[in-house]
Amino acid sequence: MYKYDQLDQQIVDERVTQYRDQVRRYLAGELTEEEFRPLRLQNGLYIQRQAPMLRIAVPYGMLSSRQLRKLGDLARRFDKGYAHFSTRQNCQLNWPKLEDTPEILAELATVEMHAIQTSGNCIRNITTDQFAGIAPDEVVDPRAMAEILRQWSTFHPEFALLPRKFKIAVSGTKQDRAIVQAHDIGMEFYLDANQKLAIKVWVGGGLGRTPILGSVIREHLEWQHAPTYCEAIVRVYNLHGRRDNAYKARIKILVKALGIEEFSKQVEAEWAHLKDSQNTITQAELARVSEHFEPMPYATLSVNSASYEAAIASNKAFANWVKRSVHAHKQAGYRAVTLSLKAHGIAPGDATSEQMEVVADLAEAYSFGELRVSHEQNLILADVALDDLFPLWEKARAHGLATPNVGLLTDIICCPGGDFCSLANAKSIPIALAIQDQFDNLDYLHDIGDLELNISGCMNGCGHHSIGHIGILGVDKDGSEWYQVALGGKQGNDASIGTVIGPAFSAEEMPSVVQRLIDVYIQERTPEERFIDTVRRIGTAPFKANVYANKETSLV
Amino acid sequence: MSNLIKYVSNTASIIEDEWQKVTLPPSHEPERKQAGKVVLFKLTGEKTVHADQIAETVIPATGKILIPLSVWLVRKDEFTDRLKAGELGIWMETHKLVETLVESQADLNVFPLIAVHVERFADGRIFSIGTLLRTRYGYKNELRATGDVLRDQLFFLKRSGFDSFLIRADRSAKDALQSLKDFSEPYQGAVDNPVPLFKRYNRNATMELKP
Ligand code: SF4
Repeated sequence: MYKYDQLDQQIVDERVTQYRDQVRRYLAGELTEEEFRPLRLQNGLYIQRQAPMLRIAVPYGMLSSRQLRKLGDLARRFDKGYAHFSTRQNCQLNWPKLEDTPEILAELATVEMHAIQTSGNCIRNITTDQFAGIAPDEVVDPRAMAEILRQWSTFHPEFALLPRKFKIAVSGTKQDRAIVQAHDIGMEFYLDANQKLAIKVWVGGGLGRTPILGSVIREHLEWQHAPTYCEAIVRVYNLHGRRDNAYKARIKILVKALGIEEFSKQVEAEWAHLKDSQNTITQAELARVSEHFEPMPYATLSVNSASYEAAIASNKAFANWVKRSVHAHKQAGYRAVTLSLKAHGIAPGDATSEQMEVVADLAEAYSFGELRVSHEQNLILADVALDDLFPLWEKARAHGLATPNVGLLTDIICCPGGDFCSLANAKSIPIALAIQDQFDNLDYLHDIGDLELNISGCMNGCGHHSIGHIGILGVDKDGSEWYQVALGGKQGNDASIGTVIGPAFSAEEMPSVVQRLIDVYIQERTPEERFIDTVRRIGTAPFKANVYANKETSLV
Repeated sequence: MSNLIKYVSNTASIIEDEWQKVTLPPSHEPERKQAGKVVLFKLTGEKTVHADQIAETVIPATGKILIPLSVWLVRKDEFTDRLKAGELGIWMETHKLVETLVESQADLNVFPLIAVHVERFADGRIFSIGTLLRTRYGYKNELRATGDVLRDQLFFLKRSGFDSFLIRADRSAKDALQSLKDFSEPYQGAVDNPVPLFKRYNRNATMELKP
């Protein structure tokens, strides 16, 4: 992964100094609440319901064991001994004290970490596929470009105060796993007809209020132009995006208002001036950064392992876990492993300090000391040899990190919601826990198969509810908490936005609502159909009928 | 005490402001809400400037004057002498387009001063406007940020091409000065230094921090 040189280090160190002084001035009354707000936000600090929340950047989801250990240590010293991994691949502390945040940032800087631009109306952390660099279907490893764009966007002076937040995702696979179409800018890297690195660029996607998939603004962009082309897009947005209404301020609203043709005309006109300017990436710079993402020093292994096969054959629990948590790898004899942060009864995406330390150790012992955070809020060890899978599983299981539910119904993607977030309309974690409780039978879960269930506590959609196969959204009706259910959302190349099935439900009704949806699927599915396939084939009507029919009878 | 920070040959210091800022008088026209009107594909919600305001704007007879863009556009001919004497600057708000100014005056360097007024410090359009004035339209003279100008935005303003900053009256310009040095080596190229970090240094060897 990318390692800082002194220049990178100097920037994060200077940031700590700058932020420390901003906090000092705020506490001394030299900065008003309103003036301090964008400053703390650009450093990931929210003032939440209970306490501040500090969002720490995990650039494109990559962490080292050393960094994860530091996160565990900080969570213990400055928080309640746990942290939350978010759908933006970041790490959040829910209970730090404002006064402590400069110290936390200083500690983070010692392990090449920061909280720069993890919030606020600026270019946010760039996200990508959690299997970048190791996925067999990968065409291009996008991480070097993600790092280059991270540097380009860090304190970009022109884009420091945009109309609204701005999210960029990159991917390099045929099967999109970075939801590039749901970002303000999405970049798919590929090799063009001349085997040259090129980018397909989407713009104007987003999952918050008015979820919408992005439009292609350019089919083919040569890689070296990524920063200047982004500059053109963001400049048009910065100058013309709405600033009078926060709900209409995302770039997607501008793209929609202008139409993609007019918008891209303006971008191209802007880019004509910027193309080939100094921020254009050089071959040397790409080579320098790419060196940090060289394949690991893999051992030469055979494609099979007898001990691994034997363990699967003799141990059903291990076999179940393998089925869900072990993923294909480019390198013979290696696999990627998802460590589930979705143990039933624990808030999705939460990890204790102790668990973080265990994962750091596991990564060191079995995966070259590196790991990743997925936008599904799990942790990934990307380079594990077949023979190591069994011992790894035993240790992970002992610490609640091997729930065999990855990709299943209870692998719920869930925002912090009303328990923590001051923007929430409703709680989301208790809903996730109640659903996990309803579906606590593993065989049944495996029988239901692949299913993505997403929960957001409000329209902002941090739980990506609009692309959940089942999407649950907390809404406020007359001051009480209700839940709207949508069906048929999906991430990936054939992404779609879910359709709301009807009036909202109370919290107590939610487990049985999900149960009724599953009942319809079990009844209607063909043998090879996943939940989403059945929804797409038969539409939402039968699901709706089952959910609301029962409801009406109970009302009569 | 002056609250104006200005760069003179690469050093920022607090200096006296020689310019008189001319503002529009209130209008006699009844206020009509513009909400919902789409101007150049953007809903600005800004107040319109009425003809009577422009006509009634009082121009000081002597000294260096900084006049609103709207007055310049309509009453341009009145200012020929002042312009020649180097006594005329233009100020514009962030919802105005740079292009409007450029269409009225192709060579911006006839103005010794252009100021961009930012109503709320969080309005980042000012950065793009500065960048465009410097890079697209070749403006070389003093570029000033006025309005809700606060210390924590100065570094970005400087990088976007501004070389003078009129700090909001209730804040200390002296304190603000320090923020111009917040970061010694920014990553990306921008107006103040178009060369990105990876071209300024041989980063394969930057463990020693040698250029
Ligand atoms: S979706 Fe809403 S409630 Fe949930 S974390 Fe985001 S802003 Fe908060």
